[in-house]
Amino acid sequence: MISVVWLALGRLPAFGGDRRSIRAGQSRRHRGSRVIERTLRRKRTFLVLLALAAMFVLAACAGPDRLGIDSVVDSDLPQNALDPAGPAARSIDNLWWLVFWIATVIFVVVEAALIFVVFRFRRRGGTDEPVKQVHGSTRLEIVWTIIPAVILAAIAVPTIATLFDLRAEPAPSENALQVEVTGHQWWWEFYYPEYDVTTANELHIPAGRPVYLTMTSADVIHSFWVPQLNGKRDLVPGRTTNLTLEADEPGVFFGQCAEFCGLAHADMRHRVFAETEADFEAWASAQAEPATLPAEGPAAAGWETFQISCASCHTVDGTSAEGDFAPNLTHFASRTTFGGATFANTEAHLREWLRDPIDLKPMRPDYNDLEAGRVLGMPNLGLTEVEIDGLIAFLDTLE
Amino acid sequence: MTTETLTPQDHGAPDMDNMRKIAMWAFLGSECLFFGSLITTFLVYRTRVGDGPSASDVFDIPFTSVSSFILLMSSLTMVLAHYSSVRKDWRQMRVWLLATALLGMVFLAGQVFEFTEFVDHGLTVTTSPFGSSFFVLTGFHGAHVAIGVLMLVATAFMSYSGRLSDGEGMNVEIIGLYWHFVDIVWIVIFTVVYLLQV
Amino acid sequence: MATVNPPMEAAQSDAPSRTGVWTWLTTTDHKKIGLLYGGSAIVFFVVGGIEALLIRVQLATPNGEFLSADAYNQMFTMHATTMVFLVVMPAAAAFTNYFLPLLIGARDVAFPRLNAFSYWVFLFGGLFLTSSFFLGGAPDGGWFGYAPLSSQLNEVVRMDYWALGLQIVGLASLLASVNFITTMFTMRAPGMTLMRMPVFAWMALVVNFLLLFSLPIITVGLIQVFLDRNLGTLFFDAANGGDPILWQHLFWLFGHPEVYILILPAMGIVSEVLPTFSRKPLFGRSFVIFSGIAIGFMGFGVWAHHMFTAGLGPVAEAAFALTTMFIAVPTGVKIFNWLGTVWGGSVRLATPMLFSLGFIAMFVIGGLSGVTHSVAPADWQQHDTYYVVAHFHYVLFGGAVLGLMAGMYYWWPKITGKLLDERLGKIHFWLILAGFNLTFAPMHILGLNGMPRRTYRYPEGLGFEFWNFLATLGSFLIAVSMLVLFWNMFRTWRRGEVAGPDPWDGRTLEWTISSPPPEHNFDRIPVVEHEDDFWYRKYSTADDGTSVAIDPPPDMEVEPEANIHLPSPSFYPVLTGSGMFVTLMGLVYVPWGLVAVGVGALITMWGLFGWSMEPITREDH
Repeated sequence: MISVVWLALGRLPAFGGDRRSIRAGQSRRHRGSRVIERTLRRKRTFLVLLALAAMFVLAACAGPDRLGIDSVVDSDLPQNALDPAGPAARSIDNLWWLVFWIATVIFVVVEAALIFVVFRFRRRGGTDEPVKQVHGSTRLEIVWTIIPAVILAAIAVPTIATLFDLRAEPAPSENALQVEVTGHQWWWEFYYPEYDVTTANELHIPAGRPVYLTMTSADVIHSFWVPQLNGKRDLVPGRTTNLTLEADEPGVFFGQCAEFCGLAHADMRHRVFAETEADFEAWASAQAEPATLPAEGPAAAGWETFQISCASCHTVDGTSAEGDFAPNLTHFASRTTFGGATFANTEAHLREWLRDPIDLKPMRPDYNDLEAGRVLGMPNLGLTEVEIDGLIAFLDTLE
Repeated sequence: MTTETLTPQDHGAPDMDNMRKIAMWAFLGSECLFFGSLITTFLVYRTRVGDGPSASDVFDIPFTSVSSFILLMSSLTMVLAHYSSVRKDWRQMRVWLLATALLGMVFLAGQVFEFTEFVDHGLTVTTSPFGSSFFVLTGFHGAHVAIGVLMLVATAFMSYSGRLSDGEGMNVEIIGLYWHFVDIVWIVIFTVVYLLQV
Repeated sequence: MATVNPPMEAAQSDAPSRTGVWTWLTTTDHKKIGLLYGGSAIVFFVVGGIEALLIRVQLATPNGEFLSADAYNQMFTMHATTMVFLVVMPAAAAFTNYFLPLLIGARDVAFPRLNAFSYWVFLFGGLFLTSSFFLGGAPDGGWFGYAPLSSQLNEVVRMDYWALGLQIVGLASLLASVNFITTMFTMRAPGMTLMRMPVFAWMALVVNFLLLFSLPIITVGLIQVFLDRNLGTLFFDAANGGDPILWQHLFWLFGHPEVYILILPAMGIVSEVLPTFSRKPLFGRSFVIFSGIAIGFMGFGVWAHHMFTAGLGPVAEAAFALTTMFIAVPTGVKIFNWLGTVWGGSVRLATPMLFSLGFIAMFVIGGLSGVTHSVAPADWQQHDTYYVVAHFHYVLFGGAVLGLMAGMYYWWPKITGKLLDERLGKIHFWLILAGFNLTFAPMHILGLNGMPRRTYRYPEGLGFEFWNFLATLGSFLIAVSMLVLFWNMFRTWRRGEVAGPDPWDGRTLEWTISSPPPEHNFDRIPVVEHEDDFWYRKYSTADDGTSVAIDPPPDMEVEPEANIHLPSPSFYPVLTGSGMFVTLMGLVYVPWGLVAVGVGALITMWGLFGWSMEPITREDH
């Protein structure tokens, strides 16, 4: 927010600069320039008012940031498709720049031609000049049909090649990690069949090894997208789709659902943690462990509350909590975020969430119908502060 | 309405009959895409029967063949109605119009009977995608037949009460275009939906 | 048939008053209907524009809290639905209604009452859609309403409004297309061969064929969504065997031709404006026409490029990538021919010309970003991001809207008899061009930087703040530019400079008659001998190919025809339309709404019955 105000203020001196140049024009006392000057003055007033009005409105409407992306990565653009960090994204990126430069050349040529003809053939003075009534030229038509067709054919070749290349499954020799992805309104479920591990919103992968995602949706269409690793791919209920991710180096990569999926579409985010092979193995075996229930203290009280209020939807492996409508919480404390990777996993955020989830993230739990398998978010459970303390303490034990 | 009075201009006069024919052809072109989309949907879903009955469980080909034949015959009577109108034999034209309408109604009755049979066999719009697409396709075709029957009866009635005079031939030809189209669509539906059960 | 004996009795046609509400409700005059379409489009443009501004305020800062997610989703759904179906389409219909008969030398369209009916159905459809804001919330599933999201939550009526509203607006367009196609095939003035038809009329012909063949497809899709929601059918219910991808095929098989439905009228307008202000015929006229036809045909073969990420398989994706690339060829042909038209001309940079040149400049950008979408792997990154939002605004705002505004400035003097103020017009042009680019150019970058569309908020730290703020500023600049336009319209409506019949030294038939045109359009139907017929009545061609004004200038006053038949006004089109409105309202609230369905059906039937029984043939006076 502050940066925006700074930005708007930073623009203001530019208006001052304009004023000086207008005064210079005024001294010439030229009739035409007075018109322009009036126009400019009006425009300038509009713009200043506009910027001021915008700042006031905006100051009122920006909310607190609960994700803290800056604390996770040091990139300014952590979700940038033009900053590839894996082979698939890189070959798309190469293709993009090729097409971009071709398009830019065409853009410059056509716009220059447009500006040229307008200035070259602009009527001067107030009189119409006699104009030759040219109706066309078949030769030119052929030329400007064939040239674009040839350029497009040149673009088509690498397009088709890249397309078939990226749509191929990883070869068995590449030893791809298999992950099953299920889209839910509005969170992601990741299942690692080799390790029998289920987690939510945060995908851990080994760097330098392809990961083959087999994806489907539990409700409506979603789209899985980690721009730095690959293009997006839809998750369609009743169908399976596939996508291969591979990160060159260890790192954190951001992504979010890219197909409008209803109320909290914007809050259906995900993170990919690419790790060294050893770190990944360590993570996976830790995740495969069942939870150990706390024996005493507030955490034990929290487990009691959990069984009553949470267990019908959430699973904690190795316990009686086996609901499968919401994220598996067996290792909740090991995650950096919750709520569709929208909130940093801190005690303060958890407390807000448990007081009233809908206040943090728009959802429609009123329309939940567990028997029909329809879940549209977490309801307000009406928990007391003591219960919330307990739940937070319990969740904290789920490392 | 007469061609003379409808002429909006003295020369280069557009031919009102021609206009209405072109409009009907354009509309029928649009209808092709309408039924095309419904038929495509059916083709996608015809084997998706879920726990419900499949096509071979419910279809009674001999029965539907008979009702299809009746609808085909109505195209013949429609041609005869048009022929009578060209000869300006209005009484006979009305007879053939009503005969066409009657055959159309018999077809509709057959469809209603067929639908109730299917429902008794447990196939409804909510049973399976097959059921949904079957009923919506044939239902919309039936609605087209019903509208055609209304137009036929209305034309016959208007002719009887003398509200139409010279323009009758045109009306009958345009309704004929519509009726033949609906008939052809049924031939496609009968072939694709009923006969080609792979 | 009302009869007018012009010019004396032209003012005394059978309608009791020429300005009363009743006259407008019952009019069958294509010019009045055109004005109704145009006025409605402007009102809906303001509505859609306010929705856009609310969206931009919400996105101006990270973690915006100006709108709730729920309100935001309604805003972007209704913004798109409004702009596509209630602004650009009726604006194009307004020009087609008003000018098609004038351009081809006719006194009206083929079926004037059907024409009025189309308008009323459209208007009631638009009111129906917009009224949803006040009746439980507006549609919130995106303008292409992907199933099963659109068939989910049938307890909430919002998407019922959408499914029924689009259905009815589509019906209006379908009927209009039948009407216009018939008009162009049967009512051209003597000597006006198809190839002599002005290019705007040609583009209208292509558009109306596209409407004719694409609307029934979406009709079927919308029926299926509505039945899934209200009758429990299983078309898109994946759990029971339905396939959501079928919806995407049906929608985009309509939706891509729809894109050309939106842009081709603007291309037609530009093809009229550029020759007029360059004082040259359209370069490669037949190529411009045939490329328009080619775009129309190819438009039905590219739909799956909207589904590159849906998992169609590499073969289908490759095929649609190729067809999509090559639709750029006829589009390029048009652009080069427009440049060829200006080349060698005597270019007058009046406001309509500026908007046409702006159209070309912006449409080139939209076209090129479209080519980058056809590169399917690149589209896997761009799909459903702000890059796409930037692309289609360059096509539909920079293209269609600027083109339609060119048409508005160009034909305003013909419609009102007054010239719009040129200075204000130019201010409007430069403001809207600046505002437009400030709003939408940053969205290219946002999309590539990873911002998906249809997200009501974005966190800090993704690098989206700066470009979003710029875009918001730009959107308000567009709003300001529109105020300039409205002020210009308001001010010149009564006090403007009188235009005269031919203010631009025009080339086509509408400039041969007075401004505003008499009710019967032409005192005598012109006999056409040439494309750009009017020009060759004013100018002869010298040996070196230049135009030489014929001296003295030709007298356009002709002896009026004795009996001119004009369509009578009719009350039944609006009555029938209102009956359909009541029916729709009832359908949303089934089962108890069935009462309204019944009442509406009765009104509709009353209207249709009265319509078919109404004596069109009025005794000649």
